[in-house]
Amino acid sequence: MAISLTVNRKPRTVDVEPDKPLLWVLREDLNMPGTKFGCGAGLCGACTVILNGEAVRSCQTALSDAAGKDIVTIEGVAASPVGAKVVEAWTALDVPQCGYCQAGQIMSATALLTATPKPSADEVTAGMAGNICRCATYLRIQKAIAEASKAISGAAA
Amino acid sequence: MNAVSVSRRSFLAASLAGGAALTFEAKLAFAAAPGGAEPAMLGVFVSIAPDNTVTILAKNPEIGQGVKTMLPMLIAEELDVAWSQVKIQQADDDGAKYGPQFAGGSMTTPLNWLPARQAGAGARAMLIAAAAQQWGVPAASLTTSEGKVLHAASSRSITYAALAPVAAKMAAPDLEKVPLKSPKDFKIVGKPMKGVDTPAIVRGEPLFGIDAHPPGMLYAAMVKCPVISGTLKRFDDAAVKKEKGVLAVVPITDGEVAAGKHNAVAIVGDSWWRVHKAREKLAVEWDTAGFDGYSTNGYSAMAKAMLAAAPAADLFKAGNADAALAKAAKVVTADYAYPFLAHATLEPQNCTALWHPDGKLEFWAPTQDPGTARGDVAKVLGIDPAAMTIHMTRIGGGFGRRLMSDFMVQTACIAKALPGRPVKLLYDRTDDLRNDYFRPAGWHRMTAGIDASGALVALKDHFITFGANGKPMRAAAMLASEFPGPALPDVHYGVSYLKTNVTTGWLRAPTSNAVAFVFQGFLDEVAEAAGTDLPSLMIMTLGAPRQFPSSDPDEPVFDTPRARGVVEAVTKFAGWTGKRSTTAGKGRGFGFYFSHRGYFAEVVDLTVADGQITIDKVWVAGDIGSQVINPLNAEHQMQGAVIDGIAQALVWQPTEQKAGAVTTENFGDFPLIRINQTPGEVAITWVVTEYPPTGLGEPTLPPVIPAIANAIKDATGKRLRSLPLSLA
Repeated sequence: MAISLTVNRKPRTVDVEPDKPLLWVLREDLNMPGTKFGCGAGLCGACTVILNGEAVRSCQTALSDAAGKDIVTIEGVAASPVGAKVVEAWTALDVPQCGYCQAGQIMSATALLTATPKPSADEVTAGMAGNICRCATYLRIQKAIAEASKAISGAAA
Repeated sequence: MNAVSVSRRSFLAASLAGGAALTFEAKLAFAAAPGGAEPAMLGVFVSIAPDNTVTILAKNPEIGQGVKTMLPMLIAEELDVAWSQVKIQQADDDGAKYGPQFAGGSMTTPLNWLPARQAGAGARAMLIAAAAQQWGVPAASLTTSEGKVLHAASSRSITYAALAPVAAKMAAPDLEKVPLKSPKDFKIVGKPMKGVDTPAIVRGEPLFGIDAHPPGMLYAAMVKCPVISGTLKRFDDAAVKKEKGVLAVVPITDGEVAAGKHNAVAIVGDSWWRVHKAREKLAVEWDTAGFDGYSTNGYSAMAKAMLAAAPAADLFKAGNADAALAKAAKVVTADYAYPFLAHATLEPQNCTALWHPDGKLEFWAPTQDPGTARGDVAKVLGIDPAAMTIHMTRIGGGFGRRLMSDFMVQTACIAKALPGRPVKLLYDRTDDLRNDYFRPAGWHRMTAGIDASGALVALKDHFITFGANGKPMRAAAMLASEFPGPALPDVHYGVSYLKTNVTTGWLRAPTSNAVAFVFQGFLDEVAEAAGTDLPSLMIMTLGAPRQFPSSDPDEPVFDTPRARGVVEAVTKFAGWTGKRSTTAGKGRGFGFYFSHRGYFAEVVDLTVADGQITIDKVWVAGDIGSQVINPLNAEHQMQGAVIDGIAQALVWQPTEQKAGAVTTENFGDFPLIRINQTPGEVAITWVVTEYPPTGLGEPTLPPVIPAIANAIKDATGKRLRSLPLSLA
């Protein structure tokens, strides 16, 4: 049975098993490999996407649960004003090392700053603690979120 | 390959043997057709397009250490082009053409600092020669700047692009004689440069091994023998083959790679999710007889018994340690231990391969050591190493795991069974954590003698490690010249070996990440007993300026003035007073280590509250020679290495083994460090010396581990001697 969803503002229809995780639908059926597989258990955050405004682990989200929903992935995150500022800050500070986790980090940061444009240090920690960076780029992730937060507030003012 | 006769640098030796030093010889092989629009090749690394865009090949694997940016910086500097006109392309594996291409041992900088600059300077010399010919002026009257040749006397200038087709046909210059820039004239080297792939990473573009997708690609998941070194007995794939999307089932029994048997059954189909799910339908029986006795608890019990006995062999003996200890004013003794660890690269092991119908094999591989992988695959599959193409992908973390080529051999075995169809093998997280070349566990009984003046005069270490037939397994050796042995009159380092069925290997700063903890932790105890602090004991023990040769001929000498330099720099930087903490729960600790040609000293401030340890700040002083090539990336590497060390000290849990099988499941029982456990600050300072530049991805890591243990002692009075450090 075909399932419809919106990915990066485009309507998409996929005809695969409804229990197939969104991660693998994105990577295998929609040819969008930016979302990464890290643990398959919702523990590392590499597969984070934004579903109806909320950061979710796509490896733990069945396609059937994404039906009719609005999905944003790393390939489309810069289309939103907050996502654009996050990506800009990430680039300016050269956050990535190996870069494998960074799609998930950017998605979590975008969800955080969309909900909380001026997060406290504790809110940043809480919002980002689900995302592992094995290279430990955490100090720059903190800085980039602060920069993006400033840019968002500046743009809004 | 013999199970035990592997030195910790064998991958280096193998890689160097596989390729000549970086050469210029193939430079005209790709010369452009005269007047053509194709980019003209100037040497094997540089091509110049008609629009004056300069494309530089990056020859080494990019694992996040920044070499894809750093090596082209060296070439661009001496070529004398603007960084903004440079495009960077990843080279395929071709050691004969490009020289050594591995990412290991923090060796990229020391191996390429001179040759990469010579390659750039050689290309520049060819462009100057072309301009001299065109204008009929002496080459010596010409200069260059930002991709142009200039003739000051006639105020003429010409772009490299206009010269390139002619320059590509010029005689190759003698690379040993091409002039190199003085460091004071560097415009690119020493400047902070962002990672070349950063824009593609933040756009989510396919870069990594897991993203490779040649047309018609199939996916493979594997059911792996639960016991490393166990073998496949029989399997029944009737039920699996009925599962949706499954196209083939391929046994992998040829998997003996670099001392590890990695038998598995691969399920191949049209979706990784489908073939991974289909694994539960496979009926399989393994032969694991003889391996039941290997377990974490077993190793630990045997090691404790061995510590009490005499060492099986001597590593290093000087004077008479027992006699010196008998007459010492004070004797300190303590046992230290550290566990097996997996690498846990965030990108799970994977590889894509296509067995072409003509028998040629093509790889898209996240490998740290393509040259060695080529040899391993050729040997196991019985094919010609030359009949193989290896495309190197960006790598989602290396840390030494991908120096091994088990996953490439496995993929080749699967691809061979399905000629004409590319196949991607992907491990799941549990496969990845259980099928590793683990950092081996180790145990040390340390004994030190202090004389009446408070000087360290005698030292013994009984080291229990893994090996067989009197030889250590891969990454399970300790240097006989381990400091402070060579600085002392009476020393005895001895070693005894345990056996294991699991495969061992290099984890970022291999052996150093464990031995630094043991030696610098123990020396902190010695300093305390001697009534001093560790930096002062280090300065005293380093003594007069001198050099200690390494017991490993591939390793550099230990230079005491350089060691002293970073000890003094970090104590000044951190405002170290040597006074013990007077605030409950606050502690400060120091650690020094020399590894991978780098001298590093670090100070840690931490807080202990309710048994929880929080790292407040880390100060780092490093000496990697005369030049930090890319200071931006250097800072990133160093912060990452320090936090990686903090993770090993406080967060990572041992890789456990029961009845021969590794039992780790996922990041629940193998936790990695997260943003909430990150120190508030990692402050960095450089000690610049006249030595050629060396790497820093590894040597930054080891000192922080003992610095944390020593700071915990300062904060709580408790001396922790086993990793991970825990007050529970």
